[in-house]
Formats: sequence, C-alpha cells, structure tokens
Amino acid sequence: MKPEHYSKRQQELAGWPVTIETYKLGDIYHCSIANVDPGARFARADGATREEAESRAIEKATRYLAQTRRFEV
Amino acid sequence: MATETLPSVLVTTDWVAQHATDAAVRVVEVDVDTTSYDQGHVPGAAGWNWTTELCDTLVRDIVPVKKLEELLGKSGIDNKTTIVLYGDNNNWFAAWAFWQLKVYGHEDVRIMDGGRKKWLAEGRDLSTDKPSFPAKTYKASGPDLSLRAFLPEVQQAVAGKKAALVDVRSPQEFTGEILSPPGLPETCQRGGHIPGAKSIPWGKNCNEDGTFKSFDDLKALYAAQGITGDQPVIAYCRIGERSSLTWFAMKHLLGFKDVRNYDGSWTEWGNLVGAPVEKP
Repeated sequence: MKPEHYSKRQQELAGWPVTIETYKLGDIYHCSIANVDPGARFARADGATREEAESRAIEKATRYLAQTRRFEV
Repeated sequence: MATETLPSVLVTTDWVAQHATDAAVRVVEVDVDTTSYDQGHVPGAAGWNWTTELCDTLVRDIVPVKKLEELLGKSGIDNKTTIVLYGDNNNWFAAWAFWQLKVYGHEDVRIMDGGRKKWLAEGRDLSTDKPSFPAKTYKASGPDLSLRAFLPEVQQAVAGKKAALVDVRSPQEFTGEILSPPGLPETCQRGGHIPGAKSIPWGKNCNEDGTFKSFDDLKALYAAQGITGDQPVIAYCRIGERSSLTWFAMKHLLGFKDVRNYDGSWTEWGNLVGAPVEKP
C-alpha cells in the first residue's frame, strides 16, 4: 500500500515547538507528534479522519508536554 | 549522503526498495515509538522492540548474548545475512541496534540512510503485514567492549582528560534547562552535563531529509569542537540511543579509531550521588 495524504508541519503546543506528521494507510489515518529538539516522537493516535487522528494525538501530546519543567540556568 | 559517496554501512531507500526481500538480506525496523512498525513498514521488514528485545529487561544492560542470538535466529538471520536497519527519529534506535550488533560481532550490518522519515516522505510502499521467517541459527562473538564505555572510564576521562566527551543531547538538556526531551519523562535528579563535555547535538549529523551529512561536513562539524579522531572519544546522551547515532557517524562514517558509546549516559551520571555536574 502507498501512504496517502502525507503531511508534516510544525506548530507550538504547551509552549514547545513540535512536528505533527500524518498520513493515511488503507482506511486509517495515523498521526504522530515529535518534539522539534531533539526530535523524539512522543505521542501518536489513529483515526478515521485526519482531524480525528490529529486531535487525539494533540490531546496526548499537550498532556505530556505539560509535565516538562523548565529550570533556570 | 550523496549516493556516489555512500560508505558500505549505508544504503539508500532506493537500494532497500530493490533488495528488501532478497534471501541474503533482512531489513529490520527499530523505532523509538515501538508502535510505529504497526503503522506501516517497509514490505518484508521485521520489527524489533528496543524496550523488550534490545536490552536486558532485568538488569540495566545491553541485550544478553543468548537473547540476541534467539532474536536474530527467529528473524531469519544467520552470521552471513546482510542486516539493514532503519527506524524513526532519523534512525536513533536503528543506530542503537547497529551498535549492539557490532558489539556482538556481526559483520555486515548497514543503515538505511534517512530512515523511516525519508521512506515515508518519498511515498514508498508500506505494509502492515508481519512477515514470518524460517528460523536460522546464529552464533554471536564478542562482546567487543572497545565500543562501549562504562562509568569508570568516563570518570577517568573527566579526571585525566585522556578521552574527549561528546554530549549529543539538545542544548537545553546540556545546560540543564530541562531534564529530558519535551514530552518525555524526567529520568534524572540533576540537569547539566559531564564536566568538560563538548555539546554536539546528534541532529547536526543529519540533513533535513534525515540522511547523514557528507564526510567533509561531518569532519568539519567535529573538528570545530576539537574532535579529530586522534584521541579516544566517548559519546553520551540520556539513555544511549542518540549517542549510538553519533558513535556510528564518528566510527563508521568518519573512521575514528577509538570511539565508545556510554550507554549509561545521563540517566546514570545525572543520578549519581556526588558526581560532578557542569552548568551550563
């Protein structure tokens, strides 16, 4: 199968820049979210539509990112 | 890297598309996100889970030799097989697997340049089928501990300055502004870096499409920080996978003779009672 409707974009979630990558394989949209630096995937979700997959992944990512603390240096 | 300059340890996505199902080749996906394989993988590729199959799940250690031999055998790999590794995050855990396979002496192991990212971006075929392979017998050698740094060697490097330390984490992790990459669990008690370490984030090894930079660009990157390969080098990150990628670049793309991966990394050093920490 070929992945369809591939997209990748950067935006900010909970104060952190992230990359949101989505594609459709068969009938399922797969979305994964990675921090921009260092580039680790840390949240993903599937859905019947792009919007569903992305909103689920974004909800998870926002929750995880909220737990990352910043320290003064 | 440009195709014409690919060293023998790198293959292109084109090469994989042509050879993924060759009898003498086994393509294996190894991801940070262990569910990525199920979202579609290179047709014919095996999938290895780094959290259960590429480590000792009781003691903190690399995969025990017997467990590795079983994994390779059930993946249809023998000592003559060409293993091609790829994965997400520009091949972080593909490099982790590569490093361990070299520790245990596998001769022909390569990385698909650009990894999962490039394969996806090129719109190439994906499969959700989990292939089965005829079992083979595998006999590992080693371990070659000249590729691995343990805590005492790192402490000696700090005290004697006989080895260069390369911290490949993000600048924010290096300075101690954050304790882990955003969105991932904090796994250390203190932020900062090992005294004397040079900050060369892993991502600087790669181009935007996920492929490795050219020999000349990599050489210049490390030389700018005084890392020229004429003295031992120890690379570290948080848990040892990002530093595997840098280890791969220095050892196999630049040809530095004495490069070790400190897989204890910051989750060991940053939790040690009394260990010196430098900030920023």
